[in-house]
Amino acid sequence: MTNTPLSRDPAAPQPEVHTISGWKRYARVYLALWRNSVVREMGFKVNFLLWIVVELLWFALQLSFFGVLYSHTDRIGDWSQWEVVLLVGASHFIQQMFQAFFLVNCSEISDLIQSGKLDFMLLLPINTRFIVSLRKVDLGAFVNAGSAVAVMVYALNELGRVPSPWQIVGFLLLVGVGILIHYSLMFLMATISFWTVKAQGIVWGYYNLFNIARYPDSAYSGNFRRFFTFILPMLLVSNVPTKLLANRLENPVEILWMLGVGASCAVMSEVCWRLSLSRYTSASS
Amino acid sequence: MRKYWHVLSIGIQNTLSYRVNFLFRSLFALVPLTAILSVWKTIFAQGQTTVAGYTLSQMVSYYLVVTLVDMLTAVAEDDWQIAADIKDGRISQFLLKPIDYQTYRLTLFAAGRIIYTAVALLPVAIFIYFQRSDFIYPSDALTWLAFGVSVAMTALLQFFISYSMALLAFWLQEVSTFIFIAYAFEYLAGGHLFPLDILPPWITKLLMLTPFPYQLYFPVNVFLGRITGPELVIGLAVQGFWVLLGYGIARWVWSRGVRHYEAVGG
Repeated sequence: MTNTPLSRDPAAPQPEVHTISGWKRYARVYLALWRNSVVREMGFKVNFLLWIVVELLWFALQLSFFGVLYSHTDRIGDWSQWEVVLLVGASHFIQQMFQAFFLVNCSEISDLIQSGKLDFMLLLPINTRFIVSLRKVDLGAFVNAGSAVAVMVYALNELGRVPSPWQIVGFLLLVGVGILIHYSLMFLMATISFWTVKAQGIVWGYYNLFNIARYPDSAYSGNFRRFFTFILPMLLVSNVPTKLLANRLENPVEILWMLGVGASCAVMSEVCWRLSLSRYTSASS
Repeated sequence: MRKYWHVLSIGIQNTLSYRVNFLFRSLFALVPLTAILSVWKTIFAQGQTTVAGYTLSQMVSYYLVVTLVDMLTAVAEDDWQIAADIKDGRISQFLLKPIDYQTYRLTLFAAGRIIYTAVALLPVAIFIYFQRSDFIYPSDALTWLAFGVSVAMTALLQFFISYSMALLAFWLQEVSTFIFIAYAFEYLAGGHLFPLDILPPWITKLLMLTPFPYQLYFPVNVFLGRITGPELVIGLAVQGFWVLLGYGIARWVWSRGVRHYEAVGG
């Protein structure tokens, strides 16, 4: 099969068929996707609520793990108990926000390719990455992100800290970068399914890496720490925002480093996506 | 029983196509394991020689043996497949054939574990090799034997519980949430997250009254030589009791489920 110009470059300007253009059109499309998600979720109300219970249970499990650890020690590295609770909360918040917007979509990419549904999306007069990444919204995840915020507020209270408005703004900004890192890396891994059919294991394997983001960075040393700081920046995603909020950032360079890593992850995933699409020859041929 | 040997061989051939998937899964699972070991090593490096009666070597070994037992006995896709068989109506053909569905699924579970272990053994062994200075293993044959028996019963118990949970699909549209809730309890009460005896003693005692510790914690402790003598014999007996009960419940849920299924299907 020969590639049409349309499938070769998803970001190329599409023929203008609507009278409204630019970000307004995307906003409208996204609003419609949201509406679809609400309708879909409300079709299974009990299931919707049960998933929230499942997530709450796992969150409680993580917290109880550290609760048990701190019943036998008063610090891990240089992190006190409530600082770690703050970290676990922040990590859960980032993970849930990532889940709300991207997780299902990323994990379904290999399905889209295998079933040939991607062809249909390539034909839509809209950026393909936009529609592939944001098709579905996981509404329950917002509720769980709320529970994470409650835990963080409690932890800050226990620490006796009131963050300044600037710290909160900075925190939210870094949380955004953290979500961007998760999204870019998982999207990058999902594009592997363009080359191999059984990539689902890889995508779900990434979920395991989430787990290490909620541990305090000073619990690690050596190559493990270097690898997950510089190559797969899992140890930056929640640690840096939490440190900013807990007022324990020794070195502002960490923030710059995280911003740099976020940007390069985003660029890398976009390059790989375009490369994969240009090689894409559809499932049927 | 020859037909189940055929099922086993077909199961092995089918799961073989997932070997790359299994390899990735086992490799990724080593990342959180490394993380948890790092956390414990950091705590021990701060001056404590024991935490709740565990030395560093015992603690590290605990998690390594958890990984081993998990590799040998964890239910992976089986419960989803069973639930899907019921939901999509594929179960009907088993009601007509002279084959017992539970034995069929158990055989497939065994096939899956054999292949998973074959794939995961190398990465896990290499990982343990790097931790060898902290790895405690039994020196006498009797402990190895008791561990083997206990692991076999753990596998059966894991299977019966997952199987019974999956059979809820006879009554419910969506069983995955229930499976995840049960899994969360197993994760904590089975000793996946930490050894149960570092909890306050009354919680440990309470948990030991449930089947969960016998899904993981018990065989691991047998391996580490923390359960010996009469305690070991009683423990194995209790584990055997849970296995039998699990079997009974699985059979019972199945017969109820099939009756319900026939009532719906006409």
